[in-house]
Order: sequence, then C-alpha cells, then structure tokens
Amino acid sequence: MAETMTWTAVARLADIPRLGSRVVATPDGDVALFRAADDHVFALEDRCPHKGGPLSQGIVHGHSVTCPLHNWVIDLASGAAQAPDIGCAKRLPVRLEGERVLLGTPL
Amino acid sequence: MNMLSPPRHRLVVIGNGMAGMRTVSELLARAPQRYDITVFGAEPHPNYDRIALSSVLAGEKSLDDIVINARDWYAENGIRLIAGDPVAAIDRTQRTVTSVAGQVVGYDRLLIATGSRPLVPPLPGLTLPGVCTFRDIADVNQMIAASETHRRAVVIGGGLLGLEAAWGLKRRGMSVAVVHLMPTLMERQLDETAGQMLQRDLDARGIAFFTNGQTEEILGTTQAAGVRLADGREVPADLVVVAIGIRPNIDLARAAGLEVNRGIVVGDDMACGADPEIYAVGECIEHRGQVFGLVAPIWEQAKVCAARLAGDTAASYATPPLSTRLKITGVDVFSAGALSAAAEEDEEVVLQDRKRGTYRKLVLREDRLVGAVMYGDVADGAWYFRLLREGTDIAAIRARLIMGEALAGTTADPVAALAALPEEAEICGCNGVCKGRIVAAIKSQGLASLDAVRAHTKASASCGSCTPQVERLLAMTAGVAAATGPKPMCKCTAHGHDHVRRAIVAEALKTIPQAMRALDWTTTDGCASCRPALNYYLLCAWPGEYVDDAQSRFVNERMHANIQKDGTYSVVPRMWGGMTNPRELRAIADVADKYQVREVKVTGGQRIDLFGVKREDLPAVWRDLNAAGMVSGHAYGKALRTVKTCVGSEWCRFGTQDSTGMGVALERMTWGSWHPHKVKLAVSGCPRNCAEATIKDFGVVAVDSGWELSVGGNGGIHVRATDFLCKVATEAEVLEYCGAFLQLYREEAHYLERTAPWVARQGIAYIRQRVVEDAAGRAALHARFLHAQSFSQTDPWAEQATNAAYKTLAPVE
Ligand SMILES: Cc1cc2nc3c(=O)[nH]c(=O)nc-3n(C[C@H](O)[C@H](O)[C@H](O)COP(=O)(O)OP(=O)(O)OC[C@H]3O[C@@H](n4cnc5c(N)ncnc54)[C@H](O)[C@@H]3O)c2cc1C
Ligand code: SF4
Ligand code: FES
Repeated sequence: MAETMTWTAVARLADIPRLGSRVVATPDGDVALFRAADDHVFALEDRCPHKGGPLSQGIVHGHSVTCPLHNWVIDLASGAAQAPDIGCAKRLPVRLEGERVLLGTPL
Repeated sequence: MNMLSPPRHRLVVIGNGMAGMRTVSELLARAPQRYDITVFGAEPHPNYDRIALSSVLAGEKSLDDIVINARDWYAENGIRLIAGDPVAAIDRTQRTVTSVAGQVVGYDRLLIATGSRPLVPPLPGLTLPGVCTFRDIADVNQMIAASETHRRAVVIGGGLLGLEAAWGLKRRGMSVAVVHLMPTLMERQLDETAGQMLQRDLDARGIAFFTNGQTEEILGTTQAAGVRLADGREVPADLVVVAIGIRPNIDLARAAGLEVNRGIVVGDDMACGADPEIYAVGECIEHRGQVFGLVAPIWEQAKVCAARLAGDTAASYATPPLSTRLKITGVDVFSAGALSAAAEEDEEVVLQDRKRGTYRKLVLREDRLVGAVMYGDVADGAWYFRLLREGTDIAAIRARLIMGEALAGTTADPVAALAALPEEAEICGCNGVCKGRIVAAIKSQGLASLDAVRAHTKASASCGSCTPQVERLLAMTAGVAAATGPKPMCKCTAHGHDHVRRAIVAEALKTIPQAMRALDWTTTDGCASCRPALNYYLLCAWPGEYVDDAQSRFVNERMHANIQKDGTYSVVPRMWGGMTNPRELRAIADVADKYQVREVKVTGGQRIDLFGVKREDLPAVWRDLNAAGMVSGHAYGKALRTVKTCVGSEWCRFGTQDSTGMGVALERMTWGSWHPHKVKLAVSGCPRNCAEATIKDFGVVAVDSGWELSVGGNGGIHVRATDFLCKVATEAEVLEYCGAFLQLYREEAHYLERTAPWVARQGIAYIRQRVVEDAAGRAALHARFLHAQSFSQTDPWAEQATNAAYKTLAPVE
C-alpha cells in the first residue's frame, strides 16, 4: 500500500484530544481525525452515513464515535454503522510518524 | 471449501419480503450449507418488517427501526442480494430467471414469494399525482411527504390497512376522512357492534367517516383534489390513499405456465404442483382455495417450505386459526375465528359495558370456542385465542368464560398462567416466537431488558400487543432483580443511576475512569450515554475539584452552541430576565451581518437566537458579543436556560410586585449552573400569569402578600402544570427556596430527567419536606448551591474564545 500513497502531515498527535477529534480541511472535504484512549488515530470523512452529521463532533468511546445528530454509532476502524443501522462513512488511510499524524492520498 | 464436498444446489428466491426471507432464515437454520442462494427483490431495500410500516407512518418508528435483515446479514450468510432489479421472467425449461435489467440466473430450486399488490379499482383519476396505495416504503415516504406539504387526506377503505393509514396521517397532522363501502368498519374482522364502537372512537379522535360510500371518481385535473361518491357526496382532499384490499401477485407464475387461480396454487408441500422444483409461499399463494393477508400462517408456510427445501419430505402445511389486531395506539381490537353464530348449534355470549366502552362476544359450538370479537379491553385475547386454537373443552368454565382468564381460567394469576404454558406456546403472533425461544434467549444471552429481547428474538418487536407477556417472561427468567431492580444506566454497567450517584459520594470517586473501575464498567471508556451522565454526577459531587471532561460532553455543551441539522450552530446570548437594550441589540445585529447569520429568531425564552453560525466562526462571534457585555445564554446545555418574566408592577396595571426585577435576581443567582437536564424559571407579576410560570421547572407568581412558588412544570410533549410548593413573603426567601430546590434536583435526579418526571417520581410531599419544612436542610442546600455556583459562574464564551478545537486544521508539509 505505502508505495501507492502520498502521505501528508496534517496535525500533531497533541492537537487531537484523547477521546476527541479534530477536523482537517482537504480538497475533498472535511476529514475527521479521531484519537482513542489508547492513542490509536483514525480518519473518516466528516459525514455520518445517516444524514451527514459531523462525526467529528460526536462522543468517542472505545474505537467508536456516536454521531451528535441522531446517535448512530460508527466504528472508527471500518467506518461502518453499528447494527441495526446500516451505512458506512468513508475511511481514509492515516498513520502516525512519531508525533506527526499523516493522512494518505492514493496516487 | 473442501474439494470433495458435493457441489451446492442453486436456490433462487423471487421476492425479498417477509415470506421469502423468513423461509431463507428457516432454511439457513436447518441446512446452512445446502444452497447457493440468490435473492431478487423489486424494492431497493434490504428485508424489512412490512407490518411496522403503519408505525412508521404514525411516527412511532423510523425506517431504520424496521429493518429485519440488514445487508450484512446477506453477506454473512453468503447470499447474493439483487435489490431493486425485479425478475421479469421465469424459464422453466432452461431453469433460469431473467431480471428486468437482463441478469440471468440459473436455479435448481426456485422460490416464488412475490407477495401481493394493492387492489385498485378502475377509477377515473387514479393516475393523478397525490394518489397512492399503502404497501411499501415508497408509499409511506409519499404519504409522509404529502403530510408535510398538504392538509387534507381521504382514505378509500375502512379495513385494517385503511384505518391504520388514516390514523398515521392524522398523527402527522392531516385532517383525514375515510370512505368505506360497507355500513360498518372492518366488517371482515369485527361484528356490527364492535365496528360501530371503533367508528365512534376514531370519530372522537377526529377522523371523519363516509360509510356506505362507493367511490366513483377521483377529482382533480393536475393533482388529486378529492373523491366523488356514487350518491353524489364529494370529499375534498390533496392526498388520496387507496387501501381497499390486496390481490396476490401472480403475473410471473402465470406467464411461466404455473397453475394459478386467485393465487399461485400450491399443495401441502408448498410446491407448485406441475413443477416440483418450484415452491411458493406468502401472500402470492393459494392453498386449498384460501389466500392470505396476515403473517401468522405465512410463518407456518415458511417453516414447511424450508423443511422441504432442506430435504424433509414429511413436512406438511395446514392453515392455523387466525387472529387480528388493529395497530392504532390506544384503540384495542381483537378478533379470531367466527364473527357470529353461523350454524344451528352455534351460540353467542356477549358482554358489553357502554360506559367503559368495552365489548366482547364469544361464539361457542358444542363446548368449544370458535370465535371471539373484543373491543376496548383485549387483555384476554391471547387466552381466548389459545382456547380456540387448541380446541379446549370449555364445558367446565363456560359460565364464567366471558369474564376472562382471571375469573374463569384455571389459573387466576397471569404469572402462574404464563409459567404453566408449554415451551412451544406462541407468545408473539406477528413474528411467530414461542415461549421456549424467548426464555432460551434470555438465559443464554443474559438479556435484561425488553429492548434486548426484541433485538434478539423479534418477540414484541412488531405490533407490540404481546409486550406484557414478554415482560413477564423476562421477569420470571432473568430473576426478580432484573425485573424489579432499577434500570441500569446503560449497557456499559449493571448499576442504576441512584447507585452510581451514591457510590461516587460514598467512595469518593473523583474521575470518570476511577468511577468506571470501582463500579465494574464493562467497557473501557463507556459510551455516549454514560459518559455525559458520569461527568455531570462528578461535577455535581465535587464542585471546584472535579475537572470537567470536555470529551464527555455532548457536542452542544462542548462547543457552547446548539448544533443544527446541517452541522452549523446557533448562538443565544443571555438576556437577563428577558431585558435588553439598544446597545446589545446593535451588537447582535452587527454580529448577524458580519458572520452572515442565516436567521435571527426571538425564542420562547425571551431571547434572540442566531442560526447558521459556522463552527470556525464561533469564537469570533462570542468575542464580539462579549465585547458588548453579553455572555452565553447556555441555550445548549443541561443547565439553567432562561428566567422568563412579565413586565409586572413596573408597567402593568395588574402587577402586584416587580416580577422583572425578581426574575433578573433569580437569573443572576442561577446562571451558569449545570443540571441533570435543562431548567427554566419564570416570574409572573400577578395570578394572570403572563410569564407562564406554572409550566416551568420553578415558577414564581406574585400575589399581594408575597410570592407563590411552584415546581416541576413542563410545557413540552407532556404538558405538566407545576405542583404548588409554598408561599413566601420576601425576595430573599424566593432566592433561598429556589436555590435549595435546584440543588436538591441537582443532587438527586437522574441525568436527563427533567424536574417534571422527577417531582412526579418523588412526590411533592417529599420535595416540600426537604425544601419547606426542614429549614436547616433548606439553608444547607442553598449554601451548597451557592458554593457550586462560585465555580461555575464564569462565562464559557470568554474562556473558549481562544480554544483551538474550533479551528479546522489545514494540511501542513
Ligand atoms: C401497512 C401494512 C400493515 C400490515 N399489518 C399487519 C399486521 O398487523 N399483522 C399481520 O399479520 N399482517 C399485516 N400486514 C400484512 C403482512 O405485511 C403481509 O402478510 C406480509 O408482508 C406478506 O409477506 P410476503 O412475503 O408474502 O409479501 P411481501 O412482504 O409484500 O414481499 C413480497 C416482496 O416481493 C417483491 N416482488 C414482487 N414481485 C417481484 C419480482 N418480480 N421480482 C422481485 N421481487 C418481487 C415485492 O417488492 C416485495 O418486497 C400488513 C401489511 C401492510 C402493507
Ligand atoms: S402576570 Fe399580571 S402583572 Fe404580569 S403582565 Fe400579566 S397581568 Fe401584568
Ligand atoms: S446524521 Fe449521524 S446519526 Fe443521523
């Protein structure tokens, strides 16, 4: 994978609160960066698969976020809504390089 | 897969509805490996609960709530779902089906489950926009859309479906008329008396009826405008719903040369006689001359068909006795078997109580129950239905039979009666779930709530009429503790709110992780429902000490603004007691211009709401408002919202006291306080009560000799007037009683519990005892309130104006 991606630094880990998130503006729209309690970082398009709510503003718990608009629970790793809801938020490649958070764009 | 395993047979299912998918589920349970399954569905949705469309229309459920098998289920079971592309033809020689889009799929076994189509009479005007039927999600969406833009609806058909459509549209605010061909409603399920009682009740709920009404024409030229009846009556409407019945959907089968009559003719083995590879189930079939319109027999068909497909050559179908209920909240109707005495030897027993609006009729034949019609009180419906289905000899209890199970039954106590039921006794008729399965699920999965049982077994998930029995089974199986003990806060813990609140104080738990560890939380960092609750409980227990956890706050409280459905925010500056001045108004107007606020609205709480502010602009908006001396109105929080006032003695000729001044003093004391839920106050200057103080959390009404205080009111969905607390003489007392009451609420209510249900739960006597009778206690509560306030009266806007979290990051190299 790595060789087909360009990686862009978008934040420092410290910019994202634990169990919280930050929003990155990209040419393709807002991307939400999430940081779990265990410092795993995830990136999803900042749009809930339900009605487009800003997932970045939800409450993060475990490796999930609860959408602030109607409480859908979205899995951060896959972007999938938790049953019984159906839908998927777009997932983006993200990785940590030391303190830097890198967002991947396919070449 | 093992190379030596036999190649799998190909099963193609036409129809992704209730019958087809029930058959597939049953088949997977019996022989998961036997077939490669392809499902064609005409609708672009996964399989859903058609019965529940009525509840969706009535706004009681969302479309998301009624999905039975989500797309994942198909994937997990290796089923290929082709949704939105109906089958156009069956080729029985080639053994293939061809879809409208041209996909060709071969089969070894074919299952036809195409359901039925709404029956539509050939009326002029049928094709006008604004005319629809009531069968699927598209119909429901059309009706909901119409209810949002139009006012009047007419439903043609006063049967089960028509009445549920009428009620749903009524609930959505339309004015609704029902045109029915026959003299009484639901004449196939109800006798005349019950039909008339039903009509009277629905009439009282505002639905108009045109019985003996034959629709002749749908009026309108470019859009439906109403209907004209044969006798000349005209009923104006913008939406016309045709719900007069259903017709089995047999077109495909007929074109393929299968034997069809009213429905696709099947034998007891559910196979289509001429072609043993082809099966059919559901509303599209005809079995021994009978066609179907309810799910109970269809579940039986699915079971038999699945057994046959799995290779069981003994499975055989016979139609069970059927019962009907109407799914209109608050209208209870039950019917099963014969509606009235038909043969010589039949007898009717009737019990009617006009005042209570209840009615029941039993039809007996030679000491067996062969029919029951009930209206108003249908609790015994399940019992009668069991006697009827099992053909029980009722000679011994005949004299008391009409009184119902408690008085006539062999066991008077419902719990004992339920315990006495055999494992295979059906509890949920809609989803065909028996007692044994519910009990097994509760035990094996450790289910502790009705919702959990619904999610795992589907019992009580559709029409809901078996809910009391399911709850009782839950109580009996999961033990007294789960049934009578407090409800757990959420699925992360077994503890209820009270226990958690007490433990936080008693065990000096000071942080969320500490509380979760001490109280055996099952998740590492909780969920979106317990974290905000714990955060509040800790904040309340340890003022000045606990550090508020922003990540455990709901977005509005974290951003100090109200998120709107498009993801922008609304901002409301505080206006003390509803008072403002030109300088503030000018500053608000400037902010509205500068940040292109999309809408400015005066709220019900006497303040001004700025809508459509972008997240990144929030800090700047606050800075500007702060500069003009305004602070956050906390319009977003589980916090003190507003103190509404009238002008009072200052200007009003009736005013007895300075209600505005009192309101401002109250707001100065209480602003910034966090609560289990939002809190609103009001002060009126005389009993004319222009500030609506009696539907507020804490209401003050001035009288000549002082102030009347009342608590626990609410103006929301469930309007509740306040309970009178006491009368006091001075302003200082108003402040003290208010502080004490709010502190009691803060310390003892459950998170997200408004004062209205809290006061109702505790009883006003308890509140009076703590706040009025116990003077020392009151002073202590008030002191604790003021102590907490000393830490919380900082303007969040001023604090947050520099918080980076509002800013969007930009990629950096
Ligand atoms: C509003 C409403 C309320 C109801 N309430 C109750 C109730 O309270 N109690 C009760 O017992 N019953 C109730 N019913 C009836 C119950 O829903 C039906 O008996 C049941 O859905 C029938 O199941 P089925 O699979 O035969 O038909 P359906 O559920 O209609 O499924 C048939 C499916 O086949 C699809 N299909 C048709 N032709 C093709 C094709 N050529 N290719 C691919 N797919 C095709 C259709 O789109 C449909 O999705 C209600 C029905 C409605 C509409
Ligand atoms: S409540 Fe009484 S004092 Fe206040 S405005 Fe109304 S009439 Fe006047
Ligand atoms: S938009 Fe996310 S839950 Fe509705």
